[in-house]
Amino acid sequence: MSKSTGQIVYQISHLRKIYQERCVLDVENFNVKQGEIVAIIGPSGSGKSTLLRIMNFLEMPSEGQVEFMGAIFEQGKEMPLALRRRVTTVFQRPILLNRTVEENVAFALSLHGKEKSQNKVNQALNEVGLEKLNNQRARTLSAGEAQRVALARAMVIQPDVLMFDEPTANLDPYNVLLIEQIIQRLNREFGITIILVTHNLFQAKRLAGRVAFLLEGMIIEINDTALLFQNPQDPRTRSFLLGDMVY
Amino acid sequence: MIDFINIVSLSIKVSGTALLFSTILGVPTGSLIGLNHFPGRKLAVLLIYTGMGFPPVVIGLVVYLLLSRAGPIGATNFPFIPDLFTPGAMVLAQIIIAFPVIAGFSMAAVIGIDPALRQQVLALGATKRQTALTILSEARFGVIVAIIAGFGSIISEVGAVMLVGGNIKDQTRVLTTSIVLETRQGDFALALALGGVLLMITFLANLIMLRLQGRGFDE
Repeated sequence: MSKSTGQIVYQISHLRKIYQERCVLDVENFNVKQGEIVAIIGPSGSGKSTLLRIMNFLEMPSEGQVEFMGAIFEQGKEMPLALRRRVTTVFQRPILLNRTVEENVAFALSLHGKEKSQNKVNQALNEVGLEKLNNQRARTLSAGEAQRVALARAMVIQPDVLMFDEPTANLDPYNVLLIEQIIQRLNREFGITIILVTHNLFQAKRLAGRVAFLLEGMIIEINDTALLFQNPQDPRTRSFLLGDMVY
Repeated sequence: MIDFINIVSLSIKVSGTALLFSTILGVPTGSLIGLNHFPGRKLAVLLIYTGMGFPPVVIGLVVYLLLSRAGPIGATNFPFIPDLFTPGAMVLAQIIIAFPVIAGFSMAAVIGIDPALRQQVLALGATKRQTALTILSEARFGVIVAIIAGFGSIISEVGAVMLVGGNIKDQTRVLTTSIVLETRQGDFALALALGGVLLMITFLANLIMLRLQGRGFDE
C-alpha cells in the first residue's frame, strides 16, 4: 500500500505533554519509517492533534524527545529551521491568505526563500485539479477547493514528511476521493512520508500501511493496518473499532 | 496667496512627519502587543487605550511644560530636543497624539486575524519574523485604517499645536490654527476656504490609503 524504505525518520521516546498540570499526551515509543503512510486514530480529545503539532515542531514536548532525521527536539531545544522545513501539515480547516489561489501556493515557496517558480506553482495546482482557478481569490472557494489549495501549498515546498489532521472532515465524497488519491500518489510517486490523523476508520484502512490507536494520550496499539483491523490485540482497540467505546 | 501656500505646506509637513514617526513606532508596537503574550500585556493595552482617548489639548500642555526653558527636557538644551513655538514641537505633540491611536488600531487588527493562521504559517516553515510579517500583511486593511485614524487625529487637531506652536505667522501657523484665527477675526469666507482645503487634504490622503489597501477591498 505505502512505499516504505524502512529507514526511521521519527523516533519518539518518553514523550509527554502537560497542559496546566494535566497530562494530555504520554507516548512511550513511536517510530515512523521513511516513505510509509501511518494513520493515527482515536476518539476526540485523545491527543492526536497534539501529537501531530509536536511532530511538526509547533509545540514543545514537556518531557521526552522527538528525534527527527538525527536531530533532537525536546524541552528548550528548537528544531533547526532547515529540518523544520522538511515537514508540513495540512490542517482540517484550511487557512488561506486573502490573495489569489496562485499567490497562496507561491507564498509557501517565498517562505523558504525560493523565487516564485510558475512551473512549480502550476504543477502543484495541476496535481490538485485547480489550474483553472489560479487567479481566483482564495476566499471565494468552496471548502473542498480550499482544502485542495492548502494541499497544493504544502506540496509545492516538496516536504519529506506531510501530515494531515482530519483533511477530509466535512468534505463531500468527490473531494474526499480526490484528496485520498493525491495522498496516495504523493506517497507512491515521490516517496513522501505521510502521517494521517483521522476519525474515519475506512479512510485509515484505505490509505495507511500502519495504524496507531491513541486513547487518553497513550498509544494503546500500533500495527499493520490489516492486522489491527482484523485482529486487534487490546480490548480497548477492539471496542473502539466496533464502535462500542463510549467516550 | 504666499501666506496661504505656507500654511497648507506647513500643515502637510508637520502632520506628515508626525504620521510617519507615529506609524514607524505605532504599527510595530501594536503588532508586538497583539501577537505576543507577556507579563504586563494587559497594562500595556490599558495604557494604549487610555492614550487613544487622551485629550490633545492636555498632551499639548504636557509637551509645553516639558519643552519650556524651565521644563525637565527643555532645560537640558540637547540639540535634538525641539524648542517651543517651532514646527518640531508641533511634530512631537502630534506624534504623542497619533501613536496610541495607530498602535491601538493596529493591535486590534492583528488580534482580529484567525489565530490558526500563525500555526499554519509556522507549519509551512516560516521563521517568527516571517510569521509576524504575514499576519501583519493579512491585517493590512485594519493597519491602514489605523494609519487613517492616526492621520485624522492630528490633521484636524488644534489645541496642542496652538499651545506648543503658538500660531506664529509664517512659522507655526497651520490650517487648523488659521481657521480659529480667521473665525475670531470675522473673516468667515477665508475660514471656510481653509476648512475646504483641510477637507480636501484629508480626502486625498484617505484616497491614497484606500489604494494601499489593495484589490481585496473590492470584494
